[in-house]
Amino acid sequence: MESSLLLIQLLNGLQLGILLFLLSAGLTLTFGIMDFVNLAHGSLYMLGAFLCASLTLYSGSFVLAVLLALPLTALAGFALEKIVVRHLYERNHLDHVLATFGLILCLDTLAHLIWGPAGIAIPLPDTLNGQVELLTGVVVPTFRLLIIGTGLLAALGLYLLVNHTRIGMLIRAGASNRTMVGALGVDISTLFSGVFALGAALAGLAGMLVAPIAEASIGMGNDIIITTFVVIIIGGIGSMKGAFLAALLIGLIDTLGRSFLDDLFKLLMSTEAAETAAPAVSAMLVYLLMAAVLAVRPQGLFPPLSR
Amino acid sequence: MNKVLLAAAVGALAGSCAAFAADEVKIGFVTTLTTGAASIGKDQENAVMLALEHIDNTMGGKPVKLIMADDGFKPETGKQATDKLVKQDNVDFVAGYIWSHVLLASRKSVLDAGKFLISANAGPSPVAGKLCHENFFSTSWQNDQTPMAMGETLNQQGVKSLYMMAPNYAAGKDMVAGVERTFKGEILGKDLTKWGKDAQLDFSAELAKAKASGAEGIFVFYPGKAGGAFIKQYEQAGLRDTLPLYTVFTIDALSLPKLQEGGMKGVLGSKMTQFWSPDLDVPSNKKFVADFRAKYGTYPSFYAAQAYDSIQLIKSAVDAVDGDLSNMDGMRDAMEKADFPSIRGEFSYGNNHMPIQDFYSRTVVADADGNWTTTIDKVVLEDHQDVYASECKL
Repeated sequence: MESSLLLIQLLNGLQLGILLFLLSAGLTLTFGIMDFVNLAHGSLYMLGAFLCASLTLYSGSFVLAVLLALPLTALAGFALEKIVVRHLYERNHLDHVLATFGLILCLDTLAHLIWGPAGIAIPLPDTLNGQVELLTGVVVPTFRLLIIGTGLLAALGLYLLVNHTRIGMLIRAGASNRTMVGALGVDISTLFSGVFALGAALAGLAGMLVAPIAEASIGMGNDIIITTFVVIIIGGIGSMKGAFLAALLIGLIDTLGRSFLDDLFKLLMSTEAAETAAPAVSAMLVYLLMAAVLAVRPQGLFPPLSR
Repeated sequence: MNKVLLAAAVGALAGSCAAFAADEVKIGFVTTLTTGAASIGKDQENAVMLALEHIDNTMGGKPVKLIMADDGFKPETGKQATDKLVKQDNVDFVAGYIWSHVLLASRKSVLDAGKFLISANAGPSPVAGKLCHENFFSTSWQNDQTPMAMGETLNQQGVKSLYMMAPNYAAGKDMVAGVERTFKGEILGKDLTKWGKDAQLDFSAELAKAKASGAEGIFVFYPGKAGGAFIKQYEQAGLRDTLPLYTVFTIDALSLPKLQEGGMKGVLGSKMTQFWSPDLDVPSNKKFVADFRAKYGTYPSFYAAQAYDSIQLIKSAVDAVDGDLSNMDGMRDAMEKADFPSIRGEFSYGNNHMPIQDFYSRTVVADADGNWTTTIDKVVLEDHQDVYASECKL
C-alpha cells in the first residue's frame, strides 16, 4: 500500500511539475530570451482558462474549446505585445515590473467586467472525468494523465521548435544579439511579437488544463506566478531545459513534502508539534530550495551556455 | 486671505452636511466587492438592497442612506474603508465583514468612535470572548459553533474514523478544532493546506493520502473558490462511494450552481451543518428566499441571509428609539432583545452579543425545478451558545 501511494504521489508531483513548466516556458521566452520581466504572464494563464470555459459552455466540447482558445490566447498575447509591451523593451526592469503590474490590475478588472466576479467551472466529458487503474491499487484520475501527456507533448514541440527550426534559431540569435540579427535583415520586432504570443499560448494552455480541476477565476494567475518565477530562477534564467527540469523538481518536492512530511516529523517530535510544523515547512520547501540553489549556484542549476 | 475664506467655506459646508445627516440613518456596509471573493460581497449587497426594499428604506421614520465599501479581501484595505465610513461619512452603524482578519483589524476604528458594529459573517473567537464589546453585535455565529455541530452530526451518522482537511489559517484551525471538540471517533489524518496569496488549489496529494488512510469519511472546510476546486477533484478521484463528504462553509448557494454546471454529482447527498437553510420554515425566511430568487434568480447564500438580518437588526434598534440616533443605550437595549423577524426564526443574544441559536444538519439535494440546493435534516445543536461567552465580561 505504501509503495502504491508513493507511486500515485510521484504522478501527482509530475503533473504539478508539467503545469509549472508550461507557465515557466512562457516566462523563459519573455524574461530569459527577450529580457522582459512580465508579471502579467499569470493574467494570460487566467485569460486562457476563461476563454476555454466560455467556449466549453458555448460549444459543449472541452477539446474543441481548447483548440479554439489556444489561438485566441496567442492572439491576445500578440495584441498585448503590440499595444503595451514593445514600448517597454528599452526601459529597465523596474519599469517592466511597474507596467506589467498595472496590466495585471487592468486584465483582472477586464475579466471581472466580462465574466463577472464568480469563477466559471468547466464541465468535462465523462470519459475524462473517470479514473484509470494503472497497476493494482494505483488509481489515477484520467484527466491528470491527460495533463501529463499534453504537457510532455508541448515540451517536446517546444524543444523541436527552439532547437531544430529556423525560427528557433532566429529566436536564439535575437536573444544573444538583437542589433546584429536586425542588421542581418531579420524583422526582430515581429519575431518578438511571435515569441510573446507563443508564451501566451503556453500559459493559456496551462490555464485551460487547470480550469477543469479548479476553475477559471479572477486572480488565479497571481496565485501561481511567484512559484513560476521560482522555477526559472532555480532552473537558470533563459534556459528551457533548466525550466523543464526545475519545474519537475519543484512539482515533486512540493507534492512529496505535502504528502510525507507530517509522517516524517512525527518520528522526530510530538504529534501535535508535527501537525503544526509540517504544513508550515512544506509550504516553505520550494523557497528553501531556491535559497539553497541561489547560495550555491546563483546562476541556477542549468544556466544557458551562451550568456 | 483666500485660504481663510476657503477654509471657512469648507467648514460651513461640513457643518451643513452634519446638520443634514441627522435626518437620515447612515449605514456603512463593508464587504468584498473586488477580487475572486467579490461574488460573496455581491450576494451580501443584493440581500442588503432587498432588505431596504422590504422596509421601504425607512427606519424610525427616517430614510436610510447606505454606503457600500470594499475591503479588497485584505485587512489593511478593510480598515481604511472602515475609517473612511466612521470619520468622513460619519455613519451611525457599520455592518458587514465577511473575513475574520478584516473584522479584527477594523473593529477598533468603529468601537472607539462610539458607533455600533454589526458582523454579518465573521465570528472569530476574540470578539466573542476577551474582546467582546457592548456596541458589537453579530447576525451570524461564532466560528467554532458550526464545526461543533458537524462533529455531533458525524457521531449521529455512526462515522467511526475521519480524515480532515482545511486551509492553514486561523479560521481553518478553528474549524478543525471545533469538529475535534465534539467528534468521538478516531481521526486518521489531518492536512492543513497553504492559504493566502498563493493558496493551494490542487489537492491531489492530500486526496491520495485520505483514500489510503481508510477513513470512513472526510471533513473539509474550504470557503470560496477552493471549495469548488476541492469538490471537483474529490469527484474526479472517484471517492464519492468510498469516502463520504462532510463540509462546513464549503458548499453554499454561490458554489452549487457552478458545481451543477460542471456536472459534479458527487456533491449531491453530502452533509453539512449550518444555522440556517433556504428551506427553513420561518415566514420571514420564506419571504426573503422567495423575493431574493424572484429578484436575482438564484438562491441566497448564508452570507446573504446574515446581511439581510443585519439590516433588520439595525431597523429594530432605530425603530425602538423613534429615530433618535443619539440614544445609544436605547438602541443597544433594543438590539439585545433580538426582537426582529430574523430569517433563522426566534433566537436570543448571549452576554457577548453572539446569537444563541439552533444548528441544523443539511443535505445537498435537487429542488423541484432541478436546481441544486440544501435541505434541513434536523436540529443538531439546540439553543447553542459559543464556548467563549464565559470569557466575555459584559
